[in-house]
Amino acid sequence: MAARFRTQHLHRFDAAGKAFLYLRSAAIFALDDVSRTILELLDTEPRAREEILAVLGTRWSVAELDEGLDELRRVQAIVPVNEAPQLIPKVIPLEPFPLTTMVMNVTNQCNLACTYCYEYGEDKLVDTANGTQPKFMSEETAKQSVDFMFREAGQNKVVHMTLFGGETLLNMPVLRVAIPYARQRATEVGKRVEFNLTTNGTLLQPDVIDFLIENDIAVTISIDGPQDMQDKFRVFHSGAGSYDVAMPKIRELLRRHTAKPIGARVTLTSQTLDAQRIFRHLTEEVGFREVGFAPVTTSPDRQYAIEDGGFDKMLGQFQALAKEFLAHALESRHHGFANVKDTLEEIHKGASKAYPCGAGLGLMGVATDGQVALCHRFAGSPDHALGTVDDGIDRARQAEFLDRHHIEHKTDCRTCWARPLCAGGCYHEAQTRYGTTDHPNLHYCDWIREWTDICLRIYGELAERNPVYLSRFEGRMTDEASQTS
Amino acid sequence: MKHLKPVNQKAERVRHHLEATDQRDVVALQQGPLRPGIHVPLGCSFVFSPGWEVDIEGGTAGLCSPIERDLFDCYAGCFWPAQVPDELNHAPDWTATCAAAQKDWRKVDLIFP
Repeated sequence: MAARFRTQHLHRFDAAGKAFLYLRSAAIFALDDVSRTILELLDTEPRAREEILAVLGTRWSVAELDEGLDELRRVQAIVPVNEAPQLIPKVIPLEPFPLTTMVMNVTNQCNLACTYCYEYGEDKLVDTANGTQPKFMSEETAKQSVDFMFREAGQNKVVHMTLFGGETLLNMPVLRVAIPYARQRATEVGKRVEFNLTTNGTLLQPDVIDFLIENDIAVTISIDGPQDMQDKFRVFHSGAGSYDVAMPKIRELLRRHTAKPIGARVTLTSQTLDAQRIFRHLTEEVGFREVGFAPVTTSPDRQYAIEDGGFDKMLGQFQALAKEFLAHALESRHHGFANVKDTLEEIHKGASKAYPCGAGLGLMGVATDGQVALCHRFAGSPDHALGTVDDGIDRARQAEFLDRHHIEHKTDCRTCWARPLCAGGCYHEAQTRYGTTDHPNLHYCDWIREWTDICLRIYGELAERNPVYLSRFEGRMTDEASQTS
Repeated sequence: MKHLKPVNQKAERVRHHLEATDQRDVVALQQGPLRPGIHVPLGCSFVFSPGWEVDIEGGTAGLCSPIERDLFDCYAGCFWPAQVPDELNHAPDWTATCAAAQKDWRKVDLIFP
């Protein structure tokens, strides 16, 4: 009996009046009538070539249909039903994998007490209050971390040093030592170092702003939006909201520090889901160039956890902002909705990920005592340590981690078309939800697929109507440092 | 590709890869029309290897060494797996002890699977 064909892990979407195909390889093809109709036919049930010819033979010649089938087969959009599924070869990245970004937790202390905080809140991994770790990184450890970063950067010409906390600005003395030291070492080893710093904005005194400007440090502000939203969770230890303290200082920073774009990074919770209002406030009223949103990381029983209905609401909000983004991008104008831009870049390049992010690969976090962890969210957790700044990366442990977390082991993700971009999602989210880093984040699968579909359609529109816009993503390295959250 | 148009960079790479693999480096001569490029015919039917009748120069002086000539023609140049072990997959070292066939052919042993 002739082989019957079925479609495989693909996603079709329409944009600008055309049909597109997104494949497991992360390749995107525009379909013509022949290939589109064949796929539509195979959507309902598997069919043999002869059946396809019989149904479509009145519209196209045998040669054309054969060509269409052959092309679809060769890009692996369709496969014979009796063919064993092709496993993605499990390629563990070459070691030693060079370090691109080091996130340095200069302190694990904070002057705020945000209810949802993954470092202090109810779901924290490490006891930062009574634990064994120093509350502040010492100058010596900071210098060792810088040395570690350049040592592990291998052939990379540019390294990103992200300064993080706790509240990063609580440890200004160490910043004032570590940054010049990193510059000096960069010159010595012939590399370039770029700095990024995340802060809640409450400690941005004039001299601190001077320091940020002088050292050309890109700044990310953690902020949740207008006063009522900011003050709901982003509170001082006394319980008082932080908006009134932070906002004048943030405005001053935005006014003076103009060399590097300053981004806002918003945590969405079940009670602060109005992304459009937050976006308006932070861009139009406050003046941020970019705003990135992330749903709060939490175990499901917390009152601020976003559950099913919340995800739908968030999606609706994102969709509205994405629509605005598209309108701007079609005219090659800037729009600050960072979530779309980051995804578009990955779509344009065709990222097909074996790992959800660079954690444990090109990105690592350093705790206050110099312990190296998967990423900053795991800094200080002995279960997720990958070495120390003194001894370097524990390559055996890293190899074990990469082996265990490869996408091939996430069987839940095997048939999902969004897998190339999602790859199972954040390790820290998984740890918080499921108690282990290697579990795919199944609680937001639908959300991810819908969001990916929105971004794909924006991509299709731009590819058809303003392809010049997309060329900005070519040849540029994704700046992981700017996405640290 | 006619019915699929690459849109993103990855699709462009897929297309490039498929086109490159289209230009196979080995083609059957009957397959024609030949693609442009240099084609070197390979295979036993193209090698004049007359065995025990005349030597490769057309001479007859050193003839009557059928086993050793046949041995190498089948084993290396154009393996004939039914008759001798093949060099490609199963017995790469079969003739390692046989530096000069005329002299050493007795050292070539049987293959025990």
